[in-house]
Order: sequence, then structure tokens, then C-alpha cells
Amino acid sequence: MPHGRSTVKNRVENTMKTVLMISALSSVAIVFLIGFFTLKESIPAFRGIGPLNMLTEKVWRPGQDSYGILAMIAGSGLVTLGSVLIGVPLALGCAVFLAEVAPKWMAEIVRPSVELLAGIPSVVYGLFGMVVLVPLVRGIEVPGNTGFGLLSASVVLAVMILPTIASVAESALRSVPRSYYNGSLALGATRWETIWRVNIPAARSGILSAVVLGLGRALGETIAMIMVIGNSVIMPKALTGNPLSIFLSRARTLTGNIAVEISYATGVHESALFATGVVLFLLIMIVNTSARGLLKASIEGGRRK
Amino acid sequence: MEQVRLTTRDYSLFYGEFRALNRISLSIPANRITAFIGPSGCGKSTLLRSFNRMNELIPGVRTEGTVLLDEGDIFREDVVNLRKRVGMVFQRPNPFPKTIYDNVTYGPRVHGMKNRSKLAAIAEESLTRAALWDEVKDQLHKSAMALSGGQQQRLCIARAIAVSPEVILMDEPASALDPVATIKIEELMNSLKEKYTIVIVTHNMQQAARVSDFTAFLLTDENRAGNMVEFGPTNRIFTSPSDRRTEDYITGRFG
Repeated sequence: MPHGRSTVKNRVENTMKTVLMISALSSVAIVFLIGFFTLKESIPAFRGIGPLNMLTEKVWRPGQDSYGILAMIAGSGLVTLGSVLIGVPLALGCAVFLAEVAPKWMAEIVRPSVELLAGIPSVVYGLFGMVVLVPLVRGIEVPGNTGFGLLSASVVLAVMILPTIASVAESALRSVPRSYYNGSLALGATRWETIWRVNIPAARSGILSAVVLGLGRALGETIAMIMVIGNSVIMPKALTGNPLSIFLSRARTLTGNIAVEISYATGVHESALFATGVVLFLLIMIVNTSARGLLKASIEGGRRK
Repeated sequence: MEQVRLTTRDYSLFYGEFRALNRISLSIPANRITAFIGPSGCGKSTLLRSFNRMNELIPGVRTEGTVLLDEGDIFREDVVNLRKRVGMVFQRPNPFPKTIYDNVTYGPRVHGMKNRSKLAAIAEESLTRAALWDEVKDQLHKSAMALSGGQQQRLCIARAIAVSPEVILMDEPASALDPVATIKIEELMNSLKEKYTIVIVTHNMQQAARVSDFTAFLLTDENRAGNMVEFGPTNRIFTSPSDRRTEDYITGRFG
């Protein structure tokens, strides 16, 4: 009898194991399928135009068989850079405040609000950008400035990546052992000196991986970008002598390029859009892999007590 | 008469309504090692942390009575300055995840020293005093986390010395270490008392007997408040205690 029960038990164990394995493997399979499919569809473009040509050519004019995506790479790159410049200091300030400064009750109000930012659909961010930010930016009096462009897009994106960076950086700061903090205070350091010289450096790799995760999110954002960035396929360039005015330039992102054109593209044009997807895929993969590496380093650093 | 470095007079400490230390009065002599002994929860660590006001990090702590450092009221003194004068070594070694050099020079740098050669001199002197220099002089710029537990604890002592304190508080500094490392720390304390006043909390009565010149025995009363039962030269406390409870404790009848 006990023998019989244990066989039944074993069978349940094995079935559970198989079910769980299948669900785990299916997500792996989906990633590979999507990767494979995108790559396959992009082959005609890469073959016809040449990967190097595509990556270095500035002109994208499907009607004239010009399929350079350099302008879009620049657009994605610049808007990501802009969002990091604006969003990272904000997010880190928020993380330090939540982890080290805020009294408990205040943190319990602020933290959910920050997390709520992550729950707002991107199209709503886009709307906000169009209706509020774009007119504001249009107020900057520079010839050629329409309000739509990299600056508006960077600000919108900065707010969108803020919750990711803030929450990962906050947990990195929280995982710094309390004994470091006490040790520093006992040496006569103030609270602020301790946060700045001990806690933040100790959480460095976790904070860095938070930033990289934000980068990945920024690169992939689509609809909000389409709504505020202007979508012109031009190499972004400064509108005045001030190099910063490059951010008033209109641009298009890699993601926006696909979303805007895929509905009517055929043939090589369609394939070139898939190729755009492959480039994006690779970029995000590089970013995420490095984020994971950094996170691992930070966890191991924390364990080394 | 011994010169007195730290004095408490009718000093009590409360966590909210709970009295953790009850009217403690004692005088800790300068350039001697004073040990606080007593069973767990008797308030000996709390008393130790009073001298550099680390208890203030705990919300709801309130004190009564006086604590003096060289005649000066420590509660009137700027807390940053007090902690420069009264250093602390914790139970578990807690070097920062920085290089050995950055650990030792942390205190002086926080207090505004930028001169590189002076910092290097302080690092060498502090590490030498902490009996660690010979072991680490070729790896000053390696991570302190790679050192052994005993070395880490000596590094923490060096880090405390580097801000030139008058007093070093040690909260069971050897309880997380193996016997060999423990002996090293004890020898080190002996050489340090020439220059510093040392107050140590220990669970280990042999350790108190081995290293300290004076011993205070603390015990909780019926309200779980920590009281000082007896204070005196370690010799006397361990050979002819005047209180029955001290005798019971040191002979291992409880605790």
C-alpha cells in the first residue's frame, strides 16, 4: 500500500516537472521564433542593400530604393541619451530619497506614486507630450523649431524610464548593509557624507544596472516617440550655432520607423523594416546583457559581506 | 588616583517607556582598558554606545543624567566632534567595500584632509599601530573585503585610530573571530592603551580577566533595567568581589 501511494506521488511529481518545464521552455521558444522570423524576413534587405550600407547610409527613401537607417540610429541614440541625461539624475535623487532620507510614512506615499508612473500607458505619455510639452518647447524661439523633436521626446522618455531606474536603484541602495552606515557615522561622518561616500559607492553596480535597464526601455519605446518626435527621416542637426540645439531637431526612432511604415510596405521596403527590427533587437540585447552582468556583479559584491 | 576620562552620573537610558539603564555612575580611567561584563540584555552594549551617542540612531531613545568626557558634557558637544574623539569598533568587522587604503583614510578625508602625503602617513601609522601594516603594506590598493576576519577587524581598529580619538569603544570585538585572531586583538589592545582609553564589552569572562585593568559588572533588575552591580580593578572583581551576584556570575553560576 505505501508502495502504491509513493508511485502515484512520483507520477504527480514527474508530471508537474514536465508541465513546468514546458511553460519555461515555451518562453525560450517564443524568443527564438521571433528572433528567427525577424532575421529571416530581413535577409532580402540585407542581401540586396548590404548590412554595412544600411547601417552607414543616411538616406531612407523607399520610393527610390534608398534604405539607410543611420538617421534613425542617430534619432534613437540621441533621444535615449537625452532621456538618460534628464531621467537618471531625477531617478537617482528619487531612489536616494526613498532609501535613505524619507521617513517611513513619506516613503509609503512616494514609492507607490513613482511605481504608478510605470503603469501609465505609453500612448497617454504621448498625448501629454503632444498637448503640454510640444507647445512649451515651441516657445523656444529658434528658426525651424516646431516643438516636435528630440527635446520633447527626451523629456517624455525621461519620465517613462524614471520608475524603472528609481526602483532598481532603491533596492540596490537598500541592500547595502547597515553596518557600513553605522561604521561611517561612528567615525564622525554626517549622514549625508555617509550616503555619498559609502552607500552610493557600495550600491554602484546595482545603480549602474538600473540605468542600463532604463536604457533598454528607452530604446524600445515606440508610440509615445511617434507622437512627439516629429518622425522626419533626417539626420538630426543643430538648428543654431549652439550644439545643444540639435535637441530641437525633428527625428525618427528605429521603432517609430517600423510602426509608421509597416502597414503599407511591400517587398524590399518591408524587408528593410524587418532589418531595422534586427538592429533594434541587437541593440537592446547588448544593453540587457550588460545590465544582467552588472546586476550579477552587484549581488555577488553584496554577498561578499 | 587614576586620571578619569569618561564619567557617568546617575545616567539612565529609556527606549520609549522602557528603562534600559538605571542610574549608572562610574568613572573610566584614562589609558586603561575597562571591561563591561554581564549576561545578555544587561545593557552593557547600550552603555558602551552611550559614550559616542550611537544610541541616538534608534528612534524613541531618551536619556537622563550626565555623561562627561574629560569634564565636558557629551550631550552638549557636537556629535560629529564627539565621534572623532570617541571611536568605535563593532562586533562584526565592518570594513567599507573599498580598498584598504581608502578604509583607513576614510575618517581623515571626511574631516577635510586632502593632502596626499599626510594621508599616506596617517595610513601607515594607523595600520602599524593596529599591527596590520606588515601584512598589508603591499596590497593597500586591494579591496578590504579580501582580508580575513581578523585582519578586517584590525583594519577597523586602524580606521578608528586614523582620526586620532582619545577613547576607543569596542563592542565584543573578537566574538566573530577565531582564537588566534582573538589573541592578536587582545595583544593589540594592550599596546593601544598607552595612547588611548579603551572600553570593551565582552561576553567572555576570561577575556575580561586577561585584558582589562578595570571591570564593571552589569545585571538586570526585576524590571529588566540594567544596573551596575560592581565596578573596580579587574583583579579585585575576579578574586574578591564584594557583591554576591558578581561572584555568582564570574564563577559561572548563571549568565
